[in-house]
Amino acid sequence: MSATAHAHIEDHADDHGHHHKETFVTKYIFSQDHKMISKQYLITGLIMGTIGIAMSLMFRMQLAWPGESFPIFEALLGDWAPNGVMDADIYLALVTIHGTIMVFFVLTAGLSGTFSNLLIPLQIGARDMASGFLNMVSYWLFFLSSIIMVSSLFVEAGPANAGWTIYPPLSALPMAQSGSGMGMTLWLVSMAIFIASSLLGSLNYIVTVINLRTKGMSMTRLPLTIWAFFVTAIIGVVSFPVLLSAALLLIMDRSFGTSFFLSDIFIQGEVLHYQGGSPVLFEHLFWFLGHPEVYIVILPAMGIVSEIMATNARKPIFGYRAMIASIIAIAFLSTIVWGHHMFVTGMNPFLGSVFTFTTLLIAIPSAVKSFNWITTLWKGNLQLNPAMLFSIGLVSTFITGGLTGIILGDSTLDINVHDTYFVVAHFHLVMGISALYGLFAGVYHWFPKMFEGKMMNKNLGYIHFWITAVCAYGVFFPMHFVGMAGVPRRYYENTAFPMFDELTDVQVLMTVFALVAGLAQLVFLYNFISSMFYGKKGSKNPWKANTLEWTAPQEHMHGNWPGAIPHVHRWAYDYSKTDENGEYIIPGQDFVPQNIPMKDDEEELHH
Amino acid sequence: MTTFLILAVLVLVAIAIWQMTRIFELSQIGTVDSQVANDRDNRYNGYLLFLFLIFIYAITIFSFWKYGKFLLPEAASEHGASYDQLELVSYAIIFTVQAITQVLLHYFGFKYRGKQGRKALYFADNDRLEFIWTIIPVITLAGLILWGLYTWTDIMDINDEDDPLIVELYAQQFNWTARYAGEDNVLGGANVRMIDIDKANILGIDESDLNASDDVIVKELHLPVGRKVNFKMRSQDVLHSAYMPHFRAQMNCVPGMTTQFSFTPTITTADMRNNPDVIDKVDRTNEIRAERAAAGEDNSDPWEFDYVLLCNKICGKSHYNMQMKIIVEEEEEYNKWIAEQQTFAQTMSSVQ
Repeated sequence: MSATAHAHIEDHADDHGHHHKETFVTKYIFSQDHKMISKQYLITGLIMGTIGIAMSLMFRMQLAWPGESFPIFEALLGDWAPNGVMDADIYLALVTIHGTIMVFFVLTAGLSGTFSNLLIPLQIGARDMASGFLNMVSYWLFFLSSIIMVSSLFVEAGPANAGWTIYPPLSALPMAQSGSGMGMTLWLVSMAIFIASSLLGSLNYIVTVINLRTKGMSMTRLPLTIWAFFVTAIIGVVSFPVLLSAALLLIMDRSFGTSFFLSDIFIQGEVLHYQGGSPVLFEHLFWFLGHPEVYIVILPAMGIVSEIMATNARKPIFGYRAMIASIIAIAFLSTIVWGHHMFVTGMNPFLGSVFTFTTLLIAIPSAVKSFNWITTLWKGNLQLNPAMLFSIGLVSTFITGGLTGIILGDSTLDINVHDTYFVVAHFHLVMGISALYGLFAGVYHWFPKMFEGKMMNKNLGYIHFWITAVCAYGVFFPMHFVGMAGVPRRYYENTAFPMFDELTDVQVLMTVFALVAGLAQLVFLYNFISSMFYGKKGSKNPWKANTLEWTAPQEHMHGNWPGAIPHVHRWAYDYSKTDENGEYIIPGQDFVPQNIPMKDDEEELHH
Repeated sequence: MTTFLILAVLVLVAIAIWQMTRIFELSQIGTVDSQVANDRDNRYNGYLLFLFLIFIYAITIFSFWKYGKFLLPEAASEHGASYDQLELVSYAIIFTVQAITQVLLHYFGFKYRGKQGRKALYFADNDRLEFIWTIIPVITLAGLILWGLYTWTDIMDINDEDDPLIVELYAQQFNWTARYAGEDNVLGGANVRMIDIDKANILGIDESDLNASDDVIVKELHLPVGRKVNFKMRSQDVLHSAYMPHFRAQMNCVPGMTTQFSFTPTITTADMRNNPDVIDKVDRTNEIRAERAAAGEDNSDPWEFDYVLLCNKICGKSHYNMQMKIIVEEEEEYNKWIAEQQTFAQTMSSVQ
């Protein structure tokens, strides 16, 4: 770290004394405080998540009982469900918006936005983000894009319904599909704003991690959470702009008659003027972000889980350096594997070979991470808090879902399962459910940090975890079999093919599990909201963790620490460390926080 | 009324949960960190982790036992056999790894559940262990990558050796059309700009192209068994995907370009209908359809197995019902069938 940065920190440390006068607006709405912004991200994300999950329950009901009439459809979908029977167009819209909301609004903004904002300053020992103002702008752009996305649900011709990947020409031509009119315009505008928000956030995270670390906090002493957020932000900066260019070119094709992605189209009795564009180009641009995006979603969850697992196992994370190396390896590889979504798109088969190679390589760092987590549990003293259970749950679903990636990443085997339910099962387990578990784990673990010491109810947490864990497997494990039977995804109903008749039973089973899982999330929401107001205050460091955020006072204050910022003298994982006599470093306490200086005779036992 | 009942039930359930948690909380009064797991929580959840391991195994076994028979029957194409073999080996590896890692994860969770006073082992790294679990995936994956690439290159090498049958698959919202190249086995040129609905030239075939005159346009795909078929895919409007699951074949249809896929069918429709797996599947399906018929529902006619071409890329409202029947038959039957079809030139002249 440079001398100037140090000077800056010292400066700021002296500066904290005078307090600005806060009004309701500057404290709760246009706040520039990272703790408040993180709460804003979380609550917006949870609201979007509720919408996204509710949509999935509706289309799962349609899949299990095709063409059946449900009063709830009529109530929620109105004209889109005449007599309570879901319309085929709105089915596709639900699928599309569910995917968009869950991937971008919940698992990118809700997960990474919440915890990067909360933890980066607190865990590296900074008073706030590098730019509080940009941070505020980032949140409000996210909020605006959420509003636009939700408002697209109320457009007369319906929201975007070309799938969350919005491949043109389907997404470009209003005559191809009703949702490709105003609904798609709003989708694109919303995403463009979302990308701006994400970029502002990411740049801020990167700058903060590089420049504002407290004295002694070298890169190799950072908690793995920070490493994960840092690398995630870098991938975001590298790949999100490419999605913006795809969206802009698509807007031009749609509104200004250009032909970037369109060529030789005859639709509804007439030839369109488009000439020379290629939908395959769009697919490249989309997946250049789209694939790193799944790592943008899962890496923060992995970081959160690494931290929570070490704390609750009362053990150092196993292979700290290997964990960092694998985060970096995954991040690097993630930017050169996008073509595995395109094996059968007409892309040159030689490119397919290259992408198979890079894709299967990702399995190596992923395997290292999984084995390191398992070893972290070995011979621990596991405190099975709800956050810890969700962390173990993540490792379980990440392995189950990740292994089928070996099938899908292999260009040969992809031919027959491409775009079937097998893919849906794979990515929901490996990045959907896993990242959600990371989100839940983080919320249970850092709730006291967000809400001034109040803690969530653990028993409700246990109910929430166990029902969710059983149902997640109940929904997505049998789904692999539906895919291997050849059932394509995004089919409104599977009744047009007698060969799929017998699979309806599986759909019913999955839907029942999904509905129960949905109810279990209500337990979480209840727990979250009631704990926010009536939660019991725990002690200052309830999980007995080493990281710096637990040295800050429970009451939120501008600048995080009264007095000087703590300095760091050791890594974050000195749990159950003993001296030669087998005694804990601090007698009677099985953890040594990062701000405790090394004892004279103490050695670093890790590398 | 029903809505009211459901709401009432939900409210009662919520109250029950709330009361239960009250009881839990009352029993823990007096501790500062009452919301942090204590020994009792660790014990219960440790056991539950073990039960969960059993659940994962149970749902795996259940799925195989109950749904294993739903999977696609043996591959009906030449490359499909090597596809199935690679798939089988991959699954063997996956299930081995899955079985081992899930046991370790959940068993450790159960075995090392926290107890007051227990000392965890400070174990920060071990180069040898980490080397082992890096190198094993490297070797396994290297094998799978090489094998996969070898098969892929083989499948994707589309050439004109062995006198392949040239067939165009033409996609539009929401149906398929097939065009055979005819006696010269060369497809006539075509472009959407030459579509002439009035003259029934729906594929936009160049009427002045001599190669086009003997092309045969049909709505049902017939393929001679044992002869290589080179498919040329086109789409006139949006992306579609020609998915023929029984042949382990799939390729997107992209407006503005021609894509291709090639395979050799090896089992005739008639033979496939006699495959024991397929017979069982048809029986099971017809049982369901008979029940439907008894209940007076639609879509209940008895089913006979046929190969099918599905659309597997979201293409709009009726994406879920975009299909074409495929019939694989003996060479003579095929020759007889194709001879009965009208050529493009004949269709054109009959219109004029």
